[in-house]
Amino acid sequence: MESQEADKNPVVHKLREWDAQAVAEVLEFRGETTVVVPREHLRRATEFLSSEPSLHFSFLSDITTLDRFPLEPRFEVNYHLVSIDRRERLRLKVRVAGADCVVPSVTSVWPTANWHERENYDLFGIRFDGHPDLRRILMPDDWEGYPLRKDYPVEGYR
Amino acid sequence: MPATVETPTGAAHTMVLNMGPQHPSTHGVLRVILELNGEIVVSAEPVIGYLHTGIEKSCEAKTYTQVITLTDRLDYLAPLSNNLCYCLAVEKLIGLEVPKRAQYIRVLLTELTRIASHLVWVGTHAIDLGAMSVFLYTFREREEIMKIFEYVSGQRMMTSYFRVGGLALEPPPGWLDKVRRVIDSLPGHVDEYEDLLTNNRIWLGRTQGVGIISAADAIAMGCSGPMLRGSGVDYDVRKAFPYSSYEEFDFKVQTQTAGDCFARYQVRVAEIRESIKIVRQAMEKVPAQGPIRTEAPGIVPPSREEMKTSIEGLIYHFKIYTEGFAPPPGEVYQAIESPRGELGFFVASDGSAKPYRVKVRAPSFVNLQSLSKLAAGRLIADVVACIGTTDIVLGEVDR
Repeated sequence: MESQEADKNPVVHKLREWDAQAVAEVLEFRGETTVVVPREHLRRATEFLSSEPSLHFSFLSDITTLDRFPLEPRFEVNYHLVSIDRRERLRLKVRVAGADCVVPSVTSVWPTANWHERENYDLFGIRFDGHPDLRRILMPDDWEGYPLRKDYPVEGYR
Repeated sequence: MPATVETPTGAAHTMVLNMGPQHPSTHGVLRVILELNGEIVVSAEPVIGYLHTGIEKSCEAKTYTQVITLTDRLDYLAPLSNNLCYCLAVEKLIGLEVPKRAQYIRVLLTELTRIASHLVWVGTHAIDLGAMSVFLYTFREREEIMKIFEYVSGQRMMTSYFRVGGLALEPPPGWLDKVRRVIDSLPGHVDEYEDLLTNNRIWLGRTQGVGIISAADAIAMGCSGPMLRGSGVDYDVRKAFPYSSYEEFDFKVQTQTAGDCFARYQVRVAEIRESIKIVRQAMEKVPAQGPIRTEAPGIVPPSREEMKTSIEGLIYHFKIYTEGFAPPPGEVYQAIESPRGELGFFVASDGSAKPYRVKVRAPSFVNLQSLSKLAAGRLIADVVACIGTTDIVLGEVDR
């Protein structure tokens, strides 16, 4: 799905130039660019994207997960970045398997990730490695299961 | 209370005080765990989730059209903003273009929503800080705006008026006159609130220098809306990533540099005035006649007339309201500037008639996270001011 067009995107180009390993795949849909980043490169890539002056993705808007159950790798964690000065958006995507749903935390890059990561842990059971305080946030502390997973029934377990 | 207490979370010289979830100034069911050193707040940790209703999970079991009614219930002070953001996201997913007339009506009504929401904020925040009378005035004006919503959509609050591809109904005749009457009276009323508050010594004492957050911190904490602009960051989704023809409107992004509660108050009051300007422009732009829905057979319902006279219209009507429609597989993120900040909908489709995933990027949820930064080092009474100027709506925080 890697088209020539996607590579013309200057952000993707710069990211590739910096480290070709950090870009596994580039998806273009409805004018939105998604860069699929391998899990082991996520923290380095986010540090680069937020600190590199010509990119300056200083604002993390959202983190959210998609559950592709029963496909594997099951989870897709999406990071929505904004560059306030350059008026640009970018989505990063990390794919992780259901048996090993651990993603490095980006709280050191964007402190706002704290609650976003807690929410994804709470509702999807994604564990964020290096998170300072990974607890449930919306559901009660003693809740069992992860409600937004696709194998969790809408009515809940009875 | 003795000066030294042993608590599970605090050091020996601090005590832990629980505030909420039932507390008049927490605007719903917010609980804050305060760690105090005497009267001084050491940390303020919000505990949320008391209003969690699993809206995002419910969305996955409904058709795209049915989800609109759920979005009303997120930020119940700005239901039209939620409707708009969701509809824009689904329209982006399908690739639908909405007629200009519908776009201008959408802008007009969402700006009225912003005014109504900021009026509630000014009133309730003033009550929190002990100024009772402002509340009575702002709710009087808000009620007039609610009447417009009722006249146009049939509902005061849970409007569900924006639909995928346009609007639910043709606005009733004479609606613009009603809008004009309210809009013409508003600037004078805003002056009244400012008379009561802006130069009021008690108000200044309670808000100036309270709850300061720097521009760098506000960006790092993901704050948006008046929280961010009060700290001097010029970021407004309407300008940065225009949607629904906002690029055709002339308005200024209001910023203040102090980053305290008073700066956020100033930003919101100035935004009411800017929104009045946008509503006036939109009233000029809205054509009297024209389509309110785009032509997209199988996705956008046909008009009542067509449904009753053509067999295709009847079939499409039946199919849309029973099975719904199926956007192509893919994911989109659409953000708008809601009264509280950047409201975003992430909608993923797997090619079926029900959304695979709907995620709401709620501005209140993110803004609330910086409460501890705002309140640390201040007095207990200032916590109320800090919660107030964060302008949270728990329906959206907990979802």
